[in-house]
Amino acid sequence: MAHAEHAHANYLEAKKGIWSWLVTLDHKRIGVMYLWTTLFFFVVGGLFSLGVRLELLKPGPLFQPDTYNKMFTMHGAIMVFLFIIPIIPAALGNFFLPIMIGAKDVAFPRLNLLSYYIFLVGSSLAVGALIAGGVDTGWTFYTPYSIRSASHVILITLGVFINGFSGILTGLNFMVTLHKLKAPGMTFFNMPLFLWSIYATAIIQVLATPVVGITTFLLILERVLKIGIFDPALGGDPILFQHFFWFYSHPAVYIMILPGMGIISEVVTVFSRKHIFGYKAVAYSSLAIAFISFLVWGHHMFVSGQSPLSNFLFSWLTMFVAVPTAIKVYNWTATLYRGSIVLATPMLYALSFLFMFTIGGVTGLFLAALSVDVHLHDTYFVVAHFHYTMMGGTVMGLLAGIHYWWPKMFGRMYPELWGKISCAFIFVGFNVTFLSQFILGKLGMPRRYHDYFPEYAGWNMVSSIGSLFIGIGFLIMFIYLFWSLKRGAKAPANPWDGKTLEWQISSPPIEHNFTKVPAIPASPYEYGVKG
Amino acid sequence: MSTHVIPHHFDNAEQAYQSSKLGFWLFLVSEILLFGGLFVAYIVFRSLYPDMFHEASGELNRIMGGFNTIVLICSSFTMAMGVNRVQHNDPKKAVMFLAITIAFAAIFMVIKYFEYSHKIHLGLLPAGFYHYDGITHPRAPLFFSLYFVMTGLHGVHVLVGMGLITWVLLRVKRGDFSNQYYTPVELVGLYWHLVDLIWIYLFPLMYLIG
Repeated sequence: MAHAEHAHANYLEAKKGIWSWLVTLDHKRIGVMYLWTTLFFFVVGGLFSLGVRLELLKPGPLFQPDTYNKMFTMHGAIMVFLFIIPIIPAALGNFFLPIMIGAKDVAFPRLNLLSYYIFLVGSSLAVGALIAGGVDTGWTFYTPYSIRSASHVILITLGVFINGFSGILTGLNFMVTLHKLKAPGMTFFNMPLFLWSIYATAIIQVLATPVVGITTFLLILERVLKIGIFDPALGGDPILFQHFFWFYSHPAVYIMILPGMGIISEVVTVFSRKHIFGYKAVAYSSLAIAFISFLVWGHHMFVSGQSPLSNFLFSWLTMFVAVPTAIKVYNWTATLYRGSIVLATPMLYALSFLFMFTIGGVTGLFLAALSVDVHLHDTYFVVAHFHYTMMGGTVMGLLAGIHYWWPKMFGRMYPELWGKISCAFIFVGFNVTFLSQFILGKLGMPRRYHDYFPEYAGWNMVSSIGSLFIGIGFLIMFIYLFWSLKRGAKAPANPWDGKTLEWQISSPPIEHNFTKVPAIPASPYEYGVKG
Repeated sequence: MSTHVIPHHFDNAEQAYQSSKLGFWLFLVSEILLFGGLFVAYIVFRSLYPDMFHEASGELNRIMGGFNTIVLICSSFTMAMGVNRVQHNDPKKAVMFLAITIAFAAIFMVIKYFEYSHKIHLGLLPAGFYHYDGITHPRAPLFFSLYFVMTGLHGVHVLVGMGLITWVLLRVKRGDFSNQYYTPVELVGLYWHLVDLIWIYLFPLMYLIG
């Protein structure tokens, strides 16, 4: 019977020792390893952003211009490639995707572990670039400067190249798992909406990531072998680099936001105690966003000398993204309507998401409009816009998800009061930091500049003070999350009255997730109240 | 004979087989997109400098390129036969066909080696190192950048393929496969056909436009 007992130990305790983690094939443990690794990079990237805000606190230089260039580059590159792209799919997706479809694991557990190590190697190269002295090109690595820059462009782009394979393999693994490993009775249309968004994300990961792979590969060859493809001095075309880069990196912003949207679909429903409004519309809109995401990359090049016809088409197509996105926002709002709303921390983050992501989305439409973009291009307006979508959107979704699933992942409750306090700090701090940047952008302050004219001083001071509040909010959060790991109240199996499968098993789950084949309800959100 | 154990998270062998196949096709799609970027670069520069491509392409050796095309097509056939023999419980013939496939791949690489060394000798190198005065067009170096990057990346895939085929050959020899379980052989076969297919596009685009 020893074997049976062992099989029913929770996944954290089923095997002991650091080695059992390093060679684990358990999707839950791999998810947890991704979680800590990517959160570590979030802290590193966050410290750089505080450095940037410190420099911009007052006019006049504090750091060397070169140091400043490296700080904003490392902030962007680390946040994008090492944190926000991987974290939700690779950490929370890995942990919950198999459980939510009633499977024991992902389709390819060894490949899953390999993806993690590929990520670790790629990330180490990026960190190596940082330690060696940083990179000063901006996270977009635009040519021809990235060909000539004396900083460590090769190391970091090699890191991005290698990380790409991790993303491709994770996406591929999830797609196959969702197609082939659903428990009997589970179909695409009664699986939780988080999984639809992970599926849509996986499509982009598999189709778009190889293109950034070849782009960074060519950039490395450009520096090593002088192939000249992006180098005007050798007859090449630097705008081609921008096309290549954004062909990936624009879909990549949907790799970032779609999983966040998926979490919001779960959290809004569970904390409204009501069936989601328009399940199919929310599900299909994820696929629609993934599809349209491939057709809009040119809106990053409205002032790069693209033909007027391309500009017109890309502007027009970009507006289409707003349609499925708005469908989601309306459906979430309709789900709230007459729901029995519970304002626990995950829900507070979900509501913050609705508020801030809507601002991010609508200002995205400003930028999609050609004439407005020419005025606002490369100003702080753009910085504010994408922070409202990426931090106001994805990070809020992530924090909603982390708090929502924390009891399931670690078997402990986080302290609710501190959760709300830190959420308040982050919400207020975020809006103070970035609303002021919309105004700065409208006033014409260009992004990425080391110094500015005195007339921009007031709003910059406001923005920098806001960033401090964000920092305090996260500091509180990290303290109570670590505290709760050992000292938090023991979590019941289903603290939120969730109806999806992960709430029907113990907290934390056993190694193979289920003791028997789970019964699959007709819908993942059966609250007896119509959507 | 083989006693392949189905991984615990699958219900049956068929589910495991179908999963592996779907996963591998998705991987091949990502490979196509990887090369896709290079083909787009090719299209952009060819439309910018059509005359230069015409002229520069003449420097490539069509006999060698053509011969290599035939070699790779034959290797795709022997690979398919290898998979077929494994599926029919005929490991001896399978090993033979896989060995012939590796030999074809080696011939391809040897010919590529001679082509490359000739180009390097003449100074037909990627743009920054180019020093050949037989072509008048000033942008000709770009053609050779594309030539080396595209055929080079393809060549890397051939080398990886040789490694993979050697690996399944050894496993066939060891008796790992039967008509019940042959997934790795089939997937390596799919990979090899893709490598072949990419060359079938590269050859006319590089060699036959002069």
